[in-house]
Amino acid sequence: MTDWIDIGPLADIPPLGARVVRTDGGDIAVFRTNDDEVFALDDKCPHRGGPLSQGIVHGKSVTCPLHNWVLELGSGQAVAPDDGCVTTYAVRLEGGQVFLQIDGVREDAA
Amino acid sequence: MKEKLVVIGNGMAGMRTVEELLDVAPEDYDITVFGAEPHGNYNRILLSPVLSGEKSFKDIMINDDSWYSDNSINLRKGHDVTKIDRQRRVVIDSTGTETPYDRLLLATGSDPIVLPFPGHDLPGVVTFRDIHDVERMHEATEKGGHAVVIGGGLLGLEAANGLMKKGMAVTVVHLMDTLMERQLDDVAAEMLRQSLEAKGLEFKMPAETAAILGTDHVEGVRFRDGEQIPADLVVMAVGIRPNTALAQKAHLHCERGVIVSDTLQTYDPRIYAVGECVQHRGTAYGLVAPLFEQAKVAARQLAQRGHAAYSGSVTSTKLKVTGIDVFSAGDFHDSEDTDAIVLRDPGRGVYKKLVLRDNRIVGAVMFGDATDGSWFFQLLRDETDVSEMREQLLFGPSHLGDSGHGGHDAATAMSDEQEVCGCNGVCKGDITSAIVEKNLFTLEDVRAHTKASSSCGSCTGLVEQILASTLGGDYSEAPAVKSMCACTEHSHDEVRRTILDQGLKSVGDVMAFLEWRETDGCAKCRPALNYYLICAWPGEYTDDAQSRFINERVHANIQKDGTYSVIPRMWGGVTTPNELRAIADVADKFEIPAMKVTGGQRIDLLGVQKEDLPAVWKDLNQAGLVSGHAYGKALRTVKTCVGSEWCRFGTQDSTAMGIALERMCWGSWTPHKFKIAVSGCPRNCAEATIKDFGVVAVESGWELHVGGNGGVKVRATDLLCKVTTDDEVMEYAAAFMQIYREEAHYLERTAPWIERIGLAYIKKRLIEDAGGRARLAERFHYSQKFSQADPWDEVRKDADRQAEFVPIKTFSREKETV
Repeated sequence: MTDWIDIGPLADIPPLGARVVRTDGGDIAVFRTNDDEVFALDDKCPHRGGPLSQGIVHGKSVTCPLHNWVLELGSGQAVAPDDGCVTTYAVRLEGGQVFLQIDGVREDAA
Repeated sequence: MKEKLVVIGNGMAGMRTVEELLDVAPEDYDITVFGAEPHGNYNRILLSPVLSGEKSFKDIMINDDSWYSDNSINLRKGHDVTKIDRQRRVVIDSTGTETPYDRLLLATGSDPIVLPFPGHDLPGVVTFRDIHDVERMHEATEKGGHAVVIGGGLLGLEAANGLMKKGMAVTVVHLMDTLMERQLDDVAAEMLRQSLEAKGLEFKMPAETAAILGTDHVEGVRFRDGEQIPADLVVMAVGIRPNTALAQKAHLHCERGVIVSDTLQTYDPRIYAVGECVQHRGTAYGLVAPLFEQAKVAARQLAQRGHAAYSGSVTSTKLKVTGIDVFSAGDFHDSEDTDAIVLRDPGRGVYKKLVLRDNRIVGAVMFGDATDGSWFFQLLRDETDVSEMREQLLFGPSHLGDSGHGGHDAATAMSDEQEVCGCNGVCKGDITSAIVEKNLFTLEDVRAHTKASSSCGSCTGLVEQILASTLGGDYSEAPAVKSMCACTEHSHDEVRRTILDQGLKSVGDVMAFLEWRETDGCAKCRPALNYYLICAWPGEYTDDAQSRFINERVHANIQKDGTYSVIPRMWGGVTTPNELRAIADVADKFEIPAMKVTGGQRIDLLGVQKEDLPAVWKDLNQAGLVSGHAYGKALRTVKTCVGSEWCRFGTQDSTAMGIALERMCWGSWTPHKFKIAVSGCPRNCAEATIKDFGVVAVESGWELHVGGNGGVKVRATDLLCKVTTDDEVMEYAAAFMQIYREEAHYLERTAPWIERIGLAYIKKRLIEDAGGRARLAERFHYSQKFSQADPWDEVRKDADRQAEFVPIKTFSREKETV
């Protein structure tokens, strides 16, 4: 089943920045654009696995810090001529909180 | 209510302006275009290949009728404007209709000059100006016979060549004794004449035409000396004259052309003018490149984005005659203060001449081999100091060493499996097949699609040659001022200047003012802008963390696995048992997997988890260690040798000097990384001559060297000067860093920067101008007041800034059973 998980207030993610959600299935990068749209992608560039959460965010894209691939935040697609794709996750904003939809998640007690 | 823009003239200059305007302000105007010719807009410079049959009229159309309707432009083709009523702000056309305007753009172009000989109006006498002329010439070529072309300039020769290709016997008549005298010197002109004669053209020159003969059609041409030759077609190609009739009738100030200011406004500020009809700073242009530059400025002015200005164009000429390579640019006349470098090989039919003033190219003429023309033209426009490459200059970029410019022969001789780009592992075959399959035309295309030359750039020359050899004649690198990135058309220098002139104080303000195409820019321009603002407004500008590359944001170097490396500063490479103990303890405590001594005389802790960084810093800080900025476009290390304190050869205390320099310079942000070294004697154990700023001790004082680096393309420093006191070393170091900080482009090391601007310029600013040097140093010290806080200490004490180091949330994902 899929659940909406509260990952924290929007204010904790800097505009044009990102934060990491850590899971045992790999990190998820949660991005915030300049106009407060939020996107969530696997924190792993399809090129050489670079942590996308550490990249520079511009428009609705992020540039990977390792080799400058540009990925579209909405689709997870690499911008041509590069070719590749990362998994994206549904995001919802409610009352200033950010919710993430991930398959079968159990929140850790800690 | 939209304003009304009326454009008079449907030619290249007018329509390019409209295209540019639609690009920057598509909604600002209702646009009406008057064109005298009965069709859309076509590329006039390609009339020659249409005449010769190499292209069709359809090939050279730029905008057909649908383009006008798609852009809601009201096109009145075949309509002459007869009058401009400036008081009432209307134009009146040949049908008597009045069209009101808020702004008017004159792009009336030029008319071919028709010399008023007897018989000049006979049927069979044509000019070479528009498609109608070409059609008339084509009619004549069907009957064959003899054509006489009056005028041995660019246009006349292209016309003659075209007619000859269509089967006519052609004689070119020229008033002067050399061809294309405005573009070519005597030698090149003579070689051109010989090769055109070899192709079958005949010349009569110098010769003055007296009359065109015939009764109801042209039959011949008579010259001043009495000689006559038969003619079935006469083409007058003696020049063009700006078409100012309409402007003069409206009492706009005209001389040879319509006078315009740097904003391309005429005497009436509501009326703009572009193209061949204008005269700007005394010059009327008849080539296409200046028209396009004017169009760009006029469009931005019309869009009321007032910072664009036109300051004139440097032009180059290429003769479009197949099989003959002619190139000319700038001023190729010798004078007392110029040198000419000349290569002349009659056997190969090659002639090249470069005219240099103060080690900069001011003119170039080439015949027989014009492949390097665009490169020379770029050097000319950029006013590049060529003293370093003078010996090899004439042979073109392919002879300038291996790094950056492989040889042309090398490119063609390479096999498809040979590696071109070592960084990205791209072979020649990858590049050639991408060029062919994906229709790539530019270096940028190749970089994007293959990644070749996109990293260190050392194979750029080779990639360009592969492009050239794969595409043949289709490849041309347009010489232009390079823009910062795809988000803007503005160059680094323009952006820096505008930041200062307009007092822009945030990344957003710069992008808004200069009309960035992408709202937040990209990963290339944002860090550059952030740096330019830091440099421009010390103490005032607040650093934009999100515009920093990750390394500078978290004050550590990201590694391939997403961990970080941490390098504490070791002043002058000197350390203590306590510092080493603290580093060892940190490595143990945080289970740091690797430690390495760097080339900059310090210790690298590799594989640190991001979450651990603040705690690692805290422990290092407690032992007195601070950030080494090994991650930044900033002062890196000051490498030293042990100097006179220990070394039996040492002449000065290089270690103390190094430490003093590092204490002064640490923390400063620079366009690219900046390294210093101090050697205690000319044996130079600290390798000061491959650093950005190198100091070498001698008995009598210190030698100061600048602009070196190791890396992809090793460059040894240039000797700046010799000084005697320690204070002078410090002042020069501060002044040099500051001029580099203020004037280099972001991500430009001092080595390529100095190659671009020339050592002479640095000497002028730092040595000849002692007051200027002191002021530069003063500005450096002022900006240092705001940059010398240890970022590790700052971040670890600031809870907000630490948030980024830890996950916002931690989950466990249960694997569901299906």
